[in-house]
Amino acid sequence: MTAGTSIYAKNLTKKFGNFTAVNTISFEVKKGEIFGFLGANGAGKTTAMRMLTGLLKPTSGEATVCGYNVFTHGEQIKKHIGYMSQRFSLYEDLTVAENIEFYGGIYGLRRNDIKQRSHELYDRIDLGHARNSLISAIPLGWRQKLAFMVSILHQPEIVFLDEPTGGVDPITRRQFWDLIYETANKGITVFVTTHYMDEAEYCGRVSIMTNGIIAAMGHPQELKQQYGVATMNEVFIKIARQ
Amino acid sequence: MKRFFGFIQKEFRHLFRDYRSLLILLGMPFVQILIFGFAITTEVRNIHVAFVDNSRDVESIRITNKILSSGYFISSGTINDVNSIEAIFRQGKVKLVVVFGNDFAKQLQAGDAIDIQLIADASDANTANLIVNYTQSIVQDYINAPQQSPQLVPEVKMLYNPNLKSVYMFVPGIICLLLMLISAIMTSISITREKEMGTMEVLLASPLKSSQIIIGKVIPYVLVSFTIGVIILAIGYTVFGMPFNSNVVLLLFEFVLFITLALALGILISTVTNSQQVALMVSMFALLLPVILLSGFIFPIENMPAFLQYLSLIMPPRWFIIIIKNIMLKGVSLEYVWKETLILAGMAVFLLTVSTKKLKTRLE
Repeated sequence: MTAGTSIYAKNLTKKFGNFTAVNTISFEVKKGEIFGFLGANGAGKTTAMRMLTGLLKPTSGEATVCGYNVFTHGEQIKKHIGYMSQRFSLYEDLTVAENIEFYGGIYGLRRNDIKQRSHELYDRIDLGHARNSLISAIPLGWRQKLAFMVSILHQPEIVFLDEPTGGVDPITRRQFWDLIYETANKGITVFVTTHYMDEAEYCGRVSIMTNGIIAAMGHPQELKQQYGVATMNEVFIKIARQ
Repeated sequence: MKRFFGFIQKEFRHLFRDYRSLLILLGMPFVQILIFGFAITTEVRNIHVAFVDNSRDVESIRITNKILSSGYFISSGTINDVNSIEAIFRQGKVKLVVVFGNDFAKQLQAGDAIDIQLIADASDANTANLIVNYTQSIVQDYINAPQQSPQLVPEVKMLYNPNLKSVYMFVPGIICLLLMLISAIMTSISITREKEMGTMEVLLASPLKSSQIIIGKVIPYVLVSFTIGVIILAIGYTVFGMPFNSNVVLLLFEFVLFITLALALGILISTVTNSQQVALMVSMFALLLPVILLSGFIFPIENMPAFLQYLSLIMPPRWFIIIIKNIMLKGVSLEYVWKETLILAGMAVFLLTVSTKKLKTRLE
């Protein structure tokens, strides 16, 4: 493990009874990197991610996140990461401003900080006019962008995004990835799972999981050369069929 | 601590934003207690009664008048033909026919067995029973009265509810019912909603501790349930004149104890369900029926078959109803209800431990 490492996993394993969901995976993610975590449904992505975010205790192996051991310092990890879930992470019956206030609050931000950061947030994604609207009243694309901005409101060291762009139109997805790039440029590590292979091309490095193991890992360009194909889509299909 | 307050603030926002549900919750005690207090009553009044008087003498007319002046009955006149009695019952209005035999006065004076028949419409068995009992005691009373010889007339005194008002029974029952349902249903729904929406995962990935999440979830409903309990007490006192010479602090303490227990049940339900609908159904079936049927709220436990009596022992409402009846009607202090209180407290501690443990493992 080197100095600029923000996620480190070695032989990380999770068993549920006889079933091994994640089987001795090892990888490192550098600070400020955009790391794509790919894999078919049921390949073990979500389980791996839940272990790294402190939601699930690993069965064996070792892992540190932001320098904290996942076995012993889960609570510390939670303070230093942001998390956006695959399903909707905002409360529909609360307004935009109330959601921001709530999430800012549970991450221990001060009232003034919340105020100032929400202004920046409104400016960045152009949502100031809707600050008092209920979440249920604003379009899905905006909700997803807002959910992302809220997950980095407390300026975490790493943000975990679990299929953040599901069901979103291509234009909004493009805007979403602009936000991800900005975040990474600020030095925040982005750990993202996705099903969209065009999005995989945007990542600095990707890993592809099948049956609980990491079958391939590297820069998208390298992987395409290695498998002798033109797109990440083809890489993915080749690996998934093995 | 600041994180925790932020969480509680959010919970209250959910509660107040959904003002329709809140109105229903707070309006429920009014509706329930008015229905139970006024509409559902086991007393009978204004019963139509008809007479077949074959004697038409002084005694039979006196008894007729005595029955009618009791306040429970309205006369539907006399019938001349015994054969038309059935036709009258079929019309449905008359619930009781009193038949006097021939030479009624003579029999009475001679001290013979007297000929008086009561025919009641037993298509509603309970009412028929009550009517016949009333009438019998009126007749008995009349027959006993004029005689000079010493009679065995027990002096009856109904303690704690001298007028046998049924609302005295229902107020404790309704308190129990509503506290149980609201606490358990609302908690289980509000926890499963977070699971269903996927926000629970985000909460768990945040620095909030799972115990903070659980406590934050239940606090708003403790307050709502408590308010509702107080509302019912107030209605019982002002509208129905329930006696209230009791220890208020003790009563409210028992409320809190029972609410805690119900909340624990709600948490337990939320650990076994993943959707709001299922949580609602489970709460209804698992809680509503036992509260109504096995708590002694409506049906006396003493009359149940033995195994149901044993089953009722593990029903928290049974103990809670005993406690509030004793405190409200008899005005007793903790000295007299400590056993029941201890049982409830034991159940609360047990359920709370099991449910939070289970929820925590489910969450982690």
